[in-house]
Amino acid sequence: MSDSPDFTPNEMMTIAASRALRNDDVCFVGIGAPSAACNVARLTHAPDITLIYESGTIGTAPDVLPLSIGDGELCETAVTTVAVPEMFRYWLQGGRISIGFLGAAQLDKFGNINTTVIGDYFHPKTRLPGGGGAPEIATSSKEIYITMAQTKRGMVEKIDFFTSFGHGEGGDHRKRLGIDTSGPTLLITDLAIWKPDPVSKEFTVVSLHPGVTRQQVQESCGWVVKFAEALDETPPPSELELKTLRDLQARTKAAHEGTGKAKAA
Amino acid sequence: MVKFLPLKQAVAENLNSSDTAAFEGFTHLIPTAAAHEAIRQGFRDLTLVRMTPDLIYDQMIGMGMAKKIVFSYVGNPGVGLLRRARDAIENGFPRSIEIEEHSHAGMANAYEAGAAGLPCAVFRGYRGAGLAAVNPNIKSVTCPFTGEVLAAVPSIRPDVTFIHAQKADRKGNVLVEGIIGIQKEAVLAAKRAVVTVEEVVDNFDDLHPNLTVLPRWTIAAISVVPGGSHPSYAHGYYARDNAAYLEWDEIAADRDKFQAWMQANVMEKSADDFEGRVEHLRKAA
Repeated sequence: MSDSPDFTPNEMMTIAASRALRNDDVCFVGIGAPSAACNVARLTHAPDITLIYESGTIGTAPDVLPLSIGDGELCETAVTTVAVPEMFRYWLQGGRISIGFLGAAQLDKFGNINTTVIGDYFHPKTRLPGGGGAPEIATSSKEIYITMAQTKRGMVEKIDFFTSFGHGEGGDHRKRLGIDTSGPTLLITDLAIWKPDPVSKEFTVVSLHPGVTRQQVQESCGWVVKFAEALDETPPPSELELKTLRDLQARTKAAHEGTGKAKAA
Repeated sequence: MVKFLPLKQAVAENLNSSDTAAFEGFTHLIPTAAAHEAIRQGFRDLTLVRMTPDLIYDQMIGMGMAKKIVFSYVGNPGVGLLRRARDAIENGFPRSIEIEEHSHAGMANAYEAGAAGLPCAVFRGYRGAGLAAVNPNIKSVTCPFTGEVLAAVPSIRPDVTFIHAQKADRKGNVLVEGIIGIQKEAVLAAKRAVVTVEEVVDNFDDLHPNLTVLPRWTIAAISVVPGGSHPSYAHGYYARDNAAYLEWDEIAADRDKFQAWMQANVMEKSADDFEGRVEHLRKAA
């Protein structure tokens, strides 16, 4: 640790997530944390990764992180831009996506995600934006990676709404519904790396980020956490990874603030 | 046949209270000027259809114009929630609204089916998803050849679709480029389509043959409104005003602040004001 630069838990999360992506992946990118991780991967070890955003941009290489899934930067740097129905029909439903990378407002231990409502659907306490592309990304991508910062409110025993299906009740629930893709195979939080148990499909901590204790993981998670017998420590961010992420975030901040000079309609 | 009209007249001739209307634009080319004109003309009881009902639907809902919304993502992209839409859904303010919620795949397929003249769309979707249990318009069909159970949703057939596009030629053919989203399908699915454009050019002779061009006979009216997509963007003309999306979060958080903003920036303004709003965004495009 002494040779490593200082880093925040969020930086560790983004960098750990970026390492999971391979150069030959075709990745359907969710907005927010997944977008940062995917672009750090592209700017470090996976220069040829194909990043796809649901606005129809295929093989995009943005210089700054988009605020929305449809910023102009995505189209300008893409190999091609297709219509939204084509995106969902040919490219996602057609089985061309190797990794769907999602964030979550609420997550349960089987990788089911809620971004729709807190409370009852018809009388919500909080109406969230909803699923967007996620319900089909979750079932048509070959595998799903999830990234989110841990909180007790976010990682819960029971989610309020099944926006996108992970492993359902666990076990072979996907298979029973006729879903033949793998579903969530990786969860990267700000504290740890988790993988589903091969049989029960419950997310299990396989690696703690540097300096993180089991207790910290448990205290910020709403279910009783299972830890792998052979628990790894996540390698800390390298200087290159940190510099790449920080430069990207600085460029992004400047770009998003730069348009705010005139008063808007 | 297409008519070139001032926006005020194009909206008045093509939108009616109680219509099912789509103001489409997938982050790019959002028809803000047309939506603001509809707000000024005070239509009521609209069924508003859009995949991503962002700021303009938040504004129309906050002004009490919507009876129902049909959508797949009711958020401020990259920023968070839509606070006027939330107030309507959670508290019935300023009126209660019906919601019909889909996924993007569901909506995209439904528009495509509308454009294709089909009664419904069939696709592999909603598997294990909670929406199928709360939206009675999500059903299933069994493939007669393989036995696979697939999702079915009714096609979308708006009374009128509004889109923004880069340019029209003098005859009224329309070019859409960049992130084309669902623009073409939303126009072809509708009974009537109104297009606002950045500019009119003499002809399209020099265009690449495969660009997205909507022939003039698919459109009811065209209005020239430079900047008409702000704070969204028009590829090749001006950049997205991301700061305005961030500011909206604060404006929409408070009922009074929202009303004051609408009064000053929509009710007391016209389509002509849009050009000035994108001036500082043109270099960046």
